[in-house]
Amino acid sequence: MSRVQPSIEELERRKVVGINEWTVTDVTSTDFPGHYPGEDHAWDIEKIRDALHIEFHQNDPLLASFSLIGTDASIANAFRRIMIADIPTLAVETVFINNNTSVIQDEVLSHRLGLIPFKGGREGLDKFLKWWKKPEDDEDPSYFDYNTVKLSLNVECTHNEDAAPGETDPTKLYHHAHVYARDIVYEPIGRQSQYFSGENAIAPTNPDILIAKLRPGQVIDLTMHMHKGVGSDHAKFSPVATASYRLMPTINVLHPILGADAEKFAKCFPQGVIGLEKVTKKEAAQKGSGYEGHEGELKAVVKDPMRDTVSRECLRHEEFKGKVKLGRERDHFIYQIESTGQWDSDAIFLESVAHLKEKARRLEQQVVNMVR
Amino acid sequence: MSREQYTIPTGSQQTFGAGGSSGREYAADSVGTVMYYTCGDCAVRVPLEKGAPIRCQKCGARVLYKERTKRCVAAHPMVQFEAR
Ligand SMILES: [Zn+2]
Repeated sequence: MSRVQPSIEELERRKVVGINEWTVTDVTSTDFPGHYPGEDHAWDIEKIRDALHIEFHQNDPLLASFSLIGTDASIANAFRRIMIADIPTLAVETVFINNNTSVIQDEVLSHRLGLIPFKGGREGLDKFLKWWKKPEDDEDPSYFDYNTVKLSLNVECTHNEDAAPGETDPTKLYHHAHVYARDIVYEPIGRQSQYFSGENAIAPTNPDILIAKLRPGQVIDLTMHMHKGVGSDHAKFSPVATASYRLMPTINVLHPILGADAEKFAKCFPQGVIGLEKVTKKEAAQKGSGYEGHEGELKAVVKDPMRDTVSRECLRHEEFKGKVKLGRERDHFIYQIESTGQWDSDAIFLESVAHLKEKARRLEQQVVNMVR
Repeated sequence: MSREQYTIPTGSQQTFGAGGSSGREYAADSVGTVMYYTCGDCAVRVPLEKGAPIRCQKCGARVLYKERTKRCVAAHPMVQFEAR
């Protein structure tokens, strides 16, 4: 059977999601077997290896942004979902309250404590700490150095005798008027001191998180147990503040946009998306280009479509009708991964790849068992 | 101190406060029958002896609150919450 090989232009055209004033077209991918008669779209590792391409835009410990190009939305979305829900982190799970006379209720205080992100030595978090299983009703809980991290918070608000007379600021008038995440004390147990000491100690990523406000005489005295967990169980275990992607926007100027129109056109987009350039002599001399007799005038050129928010503002104006075509590249995913601090943001993505691989391996084993 | 001192009228001596700080406080406060309350007005800790008028010694307010118990129920060392 002979295979039809579509042209490169045709393949590029198929990749684009059309964005019109009121509608979005071609949202689904069509590169699967049987969609185009005679064409071969069978899954092939070599093809995927050649097409896949990663480009980093920003890589800071707490924020990574990169393009994943040449893969299907199902894969890209799997990475995103794994990053949010499947990568384990350490978070406060149980709170033992000895005393709490603050205005914030025990339940609410516990919930707030659970949501505070913590950091710690990578080796200890990865290799030393194991899963903790919530005990059944008739079971005794198992707390060990390898599955439980103990924290304590013990603050009492008192009057500040040195405060200036007439002072009204509670933070100056009292000691510990505000309880912050930095007041939480980590208490290493057993072998934990080998892994979590010095700069590897378990501590809040953001020490300035406000936990509660106190007035003189009010006390918060509690201990906490942290365990490893995953985001699918509770959002506090998610290693990312957000992990998302968007498709690369495309802007095609079909007919020249010149002069005042060009300036207006540039204002329809975020700054830096559209640039203004002078029409050259060569362009003006070219017949049928639309630039004839416009030498030296400003024309709108697409500079950086990645910065576009695809607001479609330009489609609302009569003068640009038919002159511009907006779209998105279906296989160009611009990821934005914001870490909560326990992982490096780029490591979260790498871990998600490892997780997907592991999931696939497990599925493979099940399929093998099935046909046996 | 608090309810740890309380002896059940039948005469059977019960000891609470097995673990943590509560045990130590129990030992320290075991002399005398002083109970501590919190003033409803000025939030000061008010020691009250048996039979004493219920009144804050600092501001004179007559509303006093009981302190949170430090008593431990067997197997449950203290009030426990899930941080969820
Ligand atoms: Zn008082």
